[in-house]
Order: sequence, then structure tokens, then C-alpha cells
Amino acid sequence: MFSYCTDPSTLEGFSWLSCYLTTGKHMAFYQSFGIVLVLLAITAPVALMFGFAGATAARSRIWPISLLGKSYTAIVRGVPDIAFFMFFVIALDQGFEYLRHKVKCSDWSEPVRQGNDFVVCAQAKLPLSTSPQWVHETYGFALAVLTFAIVFGAFAANVLFGAMKAVPRAQLETAEAYGMSSRQTFWRIMVPQMWVYALPGLSNLWMILIKATPLLFLLGVEDIVYWARELGATKTARFSDYPHGNWNAYYFGGLLVFYLMLTSISERVYKRLSLRLSHGQATAAGEAQRKAAT
Amino acid sequence: MSCVQTIQDYAFRSIGFGERLLPRDDYTLCEHFTLIGSGMIWNIYFGLIAILFGFFAATGLALAKNSSSARVRKPAEFFIYVFRGSPLFIQMFFAYAVFLSIKQSVPGFSLLTSAWLGAAIVLFLNTTAYSAEIFYGALQSIPKGDLEAADAYGITGWTRFKRIIWPSMMRLAWPAYTNEAIFLFHATALVYFSGFPVWQQRGDALYYASYFADKTFNPFIPYPILAFYFILLTLAVITIFGRIGKRLNRHLPQAVVRRPSFMRTLFR
Repeated sequence: MFSYCTDPSTLEGFSWLSCYLTTGKHMAFYQSFGIVLVLLAITAPVALMFGFAGATAARSRIWPISLLGKSYTAIVRGVPDIAFFMFFVIALDQGFEYLRHKVKCSDWSEPVRQGNDFVVCAQAKLPLSTSPQWVHETYGFALAVLTFAIVFGAFAANVLFGAMKAVPRAQLETAEAYGMSSRQTFWRIMVPQMWVYALPGLSNLWMILIKATPLLFLLGVEDIVYWARELGATKTARFSDYPHGNWNAYYFGGLLVFYLMLTSISERVYKRLSLRLSHGQATAAGEAQRKAAT
Repeated sequence: MSCVQTIQDYAFRSIGFGERLLPRDDYTLCEHFTLIGSGMIWNIYFGLIAILFGFFAATGLALAKNSSSARVRKPAEFFIYVFRGSPLFIQMFFAYAVFLSIKQSVPGFSLLTSAWLGAAIVLFLNTTAYSAEIFYGALQSIPKGDLEAADAYGITGWTRFKRIIWPSMMRLAWPAYTNEAIFLFHATALVYFSGFPVWQQRGDALYYASYFADKTFNPFIPYPILAFYFILLTLAVITIFGRIGKRLNRHLPQAVVRRPSFMRTLFR
């Protein structure tokens, strides 16, 4: 990166470190922090949507739909999330390829599962074997996002289901007394009021989501854990311009600090948000704000 | 090969008894069930060790966090903050790297890098922090009347803690602590995917499940079997903790406590 970095073996101390920390691989390492943040930014709203759909389904009066919603939320509780991640990444991939196979190669007569192989025709492969590297990477990342959204959507559905129940019955009865239809009551009265009840659960969920992001590594995405392992491993002078011993402890210590910062910031934001949301609400926190103002 | 033979060969494969070689081809359902079940031994081992030691450590840590002296309180707060604020996955990697360098510089610590000890220590520290926060919350919400009654009877010091504070704390913390125990058992599945090496292919349930999924390229058989075992384990935890919780609450008027149905406790 710097002009004096051409021969690192002559460098020492601070200048060595400044060259070492700006190698191409380190730049990729820094970018992978962005991957974590992008994952969080995409997954959170998608999971919330999944959760909202799940919670509304669980409340449905038609029992097959309500059963579907309830079993979606129930199944995640009994099984480790890591098992879900490892399952869904393969299962979703095979599912998509199978669907494309059915559509694109309907004249194909051989079975898709042949012994220990999963065979689809070449046009059905996802991504196509001819597509460039970035398509493969993006597809892998998209699968990871979808997996995260499915798992955390189930958690969110649980939280939102509880929040919908927590909205005071009197509020809904008043809406009915004014002649609102059940759809109007749901969208105009319940949904705006449920967030304040959902907030503690959702903030908890956000923390769990942050702490689940390193599992991206297991899904085959080149994330911070991948790069920390890559960079922290022992480097000999033969294969690297910057030989060093096993520095894994430093790299993972750095990741530890990064996550601590992320959770601390989230906690602070949560406190401000809950103050904002309780404003004007018929809850203890809202009442305390009203009293403080007068 | 009959299923009985398979069970004899592989039921204790994960702890080193029985057939050395894992099945190579023509994976039967029986082999799936036996090997993944064999791996569950490790999950149960890690969970039990961490809960057993973590319970006592967490009680102490919760008291330390509740202490009025800053010199006792601050370290406890910091410990809880670090372990609750960072992912267990990263803690495992970090601990393994640290254990590795300890092993290289100080002789006699070579066992630390093996999963049965090293990972058990990390899980123990992690659950200690989470449980301590739960116990601390319970400590804060002990009814004021209980403590005033203790004062009125002249109960102080250790007796006050043993007879008044601790039972109330347990009673209040128990539902949340049950949750923590369930999550701890789930977290044990991380061990063999986070730096700690698998020695002679003796892994936990998830290790064998992913082994089968890699070999057969069919996730729809091993992972549901894994899920089945974990749901059984979760049910066992709920049952045992429910019994203890009932005992903790037995002095309270029982008519008011409506037990949720069996299915409701399972699918909360």
C-alpha cells in the first residue's frame, strides 16, 4: 500500500505493522466486516416480514393456516439453530434446482437422486456453471440471508404473536364499537399499538441475530471468521512476505471486541427507541413520561 | 448387516468403543440413527458439565453483581458483559487460540486444547454469565416483605441467605433458567465446528449428521433425525426442570397456579 512496502523483510516496528495491516488480504478482511453489517441490514427486515406473516397466520381463524403458523414458530424452539443453518443451505439449494429442473428439463427421464448423487440437467444448475465468480458468491450469500430470515422469522413470529395478544382488549372493542371491520381494526388499531409491546422481545432477538452472524462461516461465505482464521494462522517465510507465528488469538480477540461494540451500540439505541415509542402510550413507561412533562 | 449388529458396532463410537471405521457406502437408516444418537453422548456430557458447575458459579456471580462494594461488583459486571455481549462461536475460537498458546508456553496444560476439557470450560463460563444475569434479575425482584420478615425474626447473614434469599431467588429465576438450560444444550452443537478438533472422528450429533449429509448429499434424512434427538433432549430438560420448579413453588397456594398443558409447555 505504502511506497516503502516493497521489501517487508527490511522493515521493523511500526512501519512493518503499517505495511502488514494494509496487504490485499487484510483489505478483504476489512471488507468482510461490511458483509456482516449488510447481512444484518437485509436479514432484520426480511425476518420481521416472515415473523409478521407467521404471527398473522397463527392468529388465523382457518385452522390449517393457524396450524401452519404455529408449527413454524414451534419447531425452531426444539432444535439448535446451527442445525437449521446447515440443513437449509443444502435443502434450499436442492429445492431451487429441483424446481428449475422440473420446469426447464421436463423431458428428462432419469431420477434426480441417483444413489449418493443429486443430478439435475445443466440448464437447471444454480448458478449456471458458465456464470462469473461474483454470481456464485452472491448466490451463496443470498442463500445464507434466506436461511437466517427463515430461522429468525420463526423467533420474530413468536414475539409478534405475543405482542398482538398484549394490545389491550378495550382498544379493539372500542374500534369495533365505532364500526370498524376486523381488517380495519387489525391494521389501524392493533398493528400501530403492538410495537411497544414487541420492542423488548425484538431487541432481544436483534442481539441474538448479531451473535449468530459468525455462523455465516459455516455456510461457506468468506466472512470475518474465515479471514481471521486465514490471516491468524502461522505464516512461514517461504509462503508469505510477512512471516509470523500463530496470531489467531489476536485476530479473534479483535472480533470479540467488534461484537462487544456492536451489542453495546445496539443496547444504547434500544434504550432511546423504547423511550420514543412509549411516548403517549397507555403503559407505565408512557405514564411516567407524561407525569415528568407536567 | 443387521440393525442389532450396527447398534453394537456404533452405539458408543463417539467415545471410542466399537467399530473404528465409519460406514463407507450404502448408508442405512439404522446407521444414521445409531451414529447420530451416539454423538448425542457428547452433547449431553457438555450440557451437564456446564450446567452443574455453572449453576454454583452463577449464584456466586449474581451475588457479586449485587454487591455494594464496587471492587466486587465491577469485575462481575465486566465478566457478564463480555460473555453476554459476544457470540459463543467467537468465544470458542478465541479460547482455542489462547489455550493453544498456553499449551505451547507452559508445560502440563496440553489437555486444554482437547474438546472434552477446553470446550467444556468455554461453555461453563458462557452459561455462568447468562445464568448469573438471570439470577441477578431474580435477586432484584425478591419481595420486599420476605426480607423485612427475615429482619423481624432476627435472621441474618448466612442463614438469611440460605433460608430466605436463595429459595426465593431460585423460585423467581426458574422459568428463565429453564430456557437458558435448553439453549445451552443447543449451543453444545457448536463445539466441533469452532476450532476444537475432532479426534479420530469422535464427534457430537451434529458432526455425524453433517458427515452423513456430506457423503449422501441428502440433508433430508440426517438433519430430521438430529432434530428428533434434540427435541427428545429438550423434552427431558423441560420435564426435569419442571419437577424442580414445582418443588420450589410447593409452599405457594396451588389453586392459583394453572399448569399449562403439556403441548403448551413444549410449543411456547
